Amino acid sequence: MRDVAIIGVGMKKCGELWEKSLRDLYVESALDAIDDAGVDHIDSMYVGCMSGGLFAGQEHIGALMADYLGQTPVPATRVESACASGGAALRAGFLEVASGMSDIVLVGGVEKMTDVSGDEATYALATASDQEWEAFNGITFPGLYAMMAVAHMHKYGTTSEMLASVAVKNHANGSKNPLAQFPMKITVEDVLSSVMVADPLHILDCSPITDGGAALILCPADQAKKLAKKAGVKILGCGMASDTIAYHSRGDLTTLGAVVKAAGLAYKMSGKGPKEIQVCEVHDCFTIAEIIVSEDLGFFEKGKGGAAVKGGETAIGGKIPINTSGGLKSKGHPVGATGVAQAVEIVKQLRGECGDRQVKGARVGMTQNMGGTGASAVVHIMEVM
Amino acid sequence: MSSPRSWRHYPQRYRYEAAVCTKCGKVHFPPRLICDACKGREFTTKTMARTGKILTHTIVRVGPSNFADQSPFAVAVVEMDDGPRITCQVADWNQGQLTIGQKVRLEFRKIYDEGASGIINYGYKAVPI
Amino acid sequence: MTVGIVGYGAHLPRHRIKVEEIAKVWGADAPSYKKGLELREKSVPAPDQDVITLAVEAARNALARAQIGAQEIGAVYVGSESHPYAVKPTGTVVAEAIGAVPNCHCADFEFACKAGSEAMFVCTGLVKSGYIKYGLAIGADTSQGAPGDALEYSASAGAAAYIMGSENLVATIDLQHSFMTDTPDFWRREYQHYPQHAGRYTGEPAYFKHTLGASKALLEKSGMKPADFDFAVFHQPNGKFPMRVGKMLGFKREQLETGWLVPLLGNTYSGASPLGLTAILDIAKPGNKIFMCSYGSGSGSDAFILTVTDRIREAQDRAVKTRKLLDENKIYLEYGEYAKFRKKILKAE
Ligand SMILES: [Zn+2]
Repeated sequence: MRDVAIIGVGMKKCGELWEKSLRDLYVESALDAIDDAGVDHIDSMYVGCMSGGLFAGQEHIGALMADYLGQTPVPATRVESACASGGAALRAGFLEVASGMSDIVLVGGVEKMTDVSGDEATYALATASDQEWEAFNGITFPGLYAMMAVAHMHKYGTTSEMLASVAVKNHANGSKNPLAQFPMKITVEDVLSSVMVADPLHILDCSPITDGGAALILCPADQAKKLAKKAGVKILGCGMASDTIAYHSRGDLTTLGAVVKAAGLAYKMSGKGPKEIQVCEVHDCFTIAEIIVSEDLGFFEKGKGGAAVKGGETAIGGKIPINTSGGLKSKGHPVGATGVAQAVEIVKQLRGECGDRQVKGARVGMTQNMGGTGASAVVHIMEVM
Repeated sequence: MSSPRSWRHYPQRYRYEAAVCTKCGKVHFPPRLICDACKGREFTTKTMARTGKILTHTIVRVGPSNFADQSPFAVAVVEMDDGPRITCQVADWNQGQLTIGQKVRLEFRKIYDEGASGIINYGYKAVPI
Repeated sequence: MTVGIVGYGAHLPRHRIKVEEIAKVWGADAPSYKKGLELREKSVPAPDQDVITLAVEAARNALARAQIGAQEIGAVYVGSESHPYAVKPTGTVVAEAIGAVPNCHCADFEFACKAGSEAMFVCTGLVKSGYIKYGLAIGADTSQGAPGDALEYSASAGAAAYIMGSENLVATIDLQHSFMTDTPDFWRREYQHYPQHAGRYTGEPAYFKHTLGASKALLEKSGMKPADFDFAVFHQPNGKFPMRVGKMLGFKREQLETGWLVPLLGNTYSGASPLGLTAILDIAKPGNKIFMCSYGSGSGSDAFILTVTDRIREAQDRAVKTRKLLDENKIYLEYGEYAKFRKKILKAE
């Protein structure tokens, strides 16, 4: 396999983008990534998208995007792994370049979520759970993660204040990110007094409904210097794993097994360990998710993730800065784009382009993206060249 | 949900029929074609115990569109007495009964209907005992 | 051939509303309802309960007491005036849920409040004829009274299920008799939510004429008199009527009280006298004689004479007892919640 580098990134501000369509969101971020890299063509492209069908009534998204990006007849493939669609698309692009099949590959992710009502969006998101044995009974994603929170609180003494600390930190980071959907700073009290969505998760424990797109240009690492305008970021490790689709079937209701497995694969491939990761974007779809993932990635002992975030260990300047972009919580969570948007942030961090939220001297970073209640997990480890 | 899609799961949703792996004895609910524990492919049918205990729980205050008129409602992961775990609503609970370890029994309930003129989907909910 | 009950079971919703809570909303005089109709509270089905769900749970309890395989059941009849579907049987869902499909006869009955006893009557006949080994008869309702109408204080929900057979009986059905005429005292037209009734006409020429008619005919047929019975249960649309008809026939209050559930339960329509009978069987002793008489508007009554057998002792504790369902785990509703539960008010689309 060839080494693979990311040589261009593109992303616009996330939010309720009433005037933009599904295709606009993908194409504008793809154009930004192409411009950022400075390439004059692409050989192949991927689109990470969770549910064009339910959110926009549109399937066959690969060809649609190739068409509107003016790139036909390149091969264009849509990748779907629920909220891990973006991460899975990056893995697909990585493999295509690593294999030698293509040289310049565009990996984008997109989701247009605000053309449907709130309960329709809740329904669409719930399709990432087991339709027959979970969603049939009315459970929602906030509900599933709330059950994870109840189990984690019961087993490890994690508190609502610890959960709220995740949101507070991520909004503080997001306030320094011009692309964030909700860049306002919030307090623990704000979170705890916000409306309850699924006990014990308040609305401010939840990531928002977001329109957005993000894109990356990949090429063989040994061609990065020749092709790109900016420093390349090499993908050192790529791990993906699956777990039971239903949350209830997991042996331990407080651990995300696929995250542990995917991280293990990425660590092994990269030759790096948790202590060498200097900046990390994790899938904080709900505050409890960031706490559990921070443990499952090996940054903290099991059960200590809540205390770590409350103690500032995951803030910028802390032991391991997590979600410097603001995370899904503040930056926004356009589900199919999220895995790609995480890579955009890490590339910018490793290129030293993050301004007020820059982690000083960061050379090695990680992204962790997951779908459903962690039935799909994708982890990438990257290093600036 | 189309009526055949609902109908095909009646043995589980109505009668709690599980599959017991002939090779390793694991009880699967719902039944599978291959055992995830031992990869065995032969099973016998067994009626799962109707009682179990709550492993974790929540109250869904914002339901999906097909449950919007039921919100808020309680949901739990329940471990049945003979092993399988399920996710289902908790009905008719009193203060203090939506807790980890609470004993429950499955009751036959309406889960949701397809509007006023559509099919009614029935299934199980857990009721504290 | 001796035929009778092999297993019986009840199911009630846990939710209740008190008479005062309803009266408060309509500016009605609660003490007069409580005294005049002898009603204190009634059961209310949760939004996820209907005739099918109540019937399934009652049938499961009956099966637990019968100790037979569901595959041996040759008929499933559910009597109700609130079947969830206008077209599609309640009984098929019940039969599927208890595992009685597919070699089984199935039909839904409707005869206002006597559809449950009708199912019992027909099952008994089919067993006696030898066409079926066991028959499952259920009376279940989730009835509605129009907001502010007198029926709103009584219309409630519950189910009773009986498995009829000819072996391993907990009670024999010694005689049964049906009495009916066309009497327009209460009705509900298609597509209408709430029934209409003819006020005081529902009493003398309707309820009393038919319960007395069926009861007297059966007593005469049997050669028995009220004093020969340990228990009696009549259809109970309110607290007053069953006590009055019982006394008119010569039964004493002590014979009537065990099956008199209505003050705390309300009128469960097709479930009413069948549920009263479950409460009697829960405490009955071998050899006890029981008199039962239903009433359904339109109008008719089915009367039964039963004798409790030795097997009652082992059956009683195999499933939850009716008084326990009536008295425990109650959840009281305010009128607003009740109105939502009964879809009297609907959330905006
Ligand atoms: Zn096995």
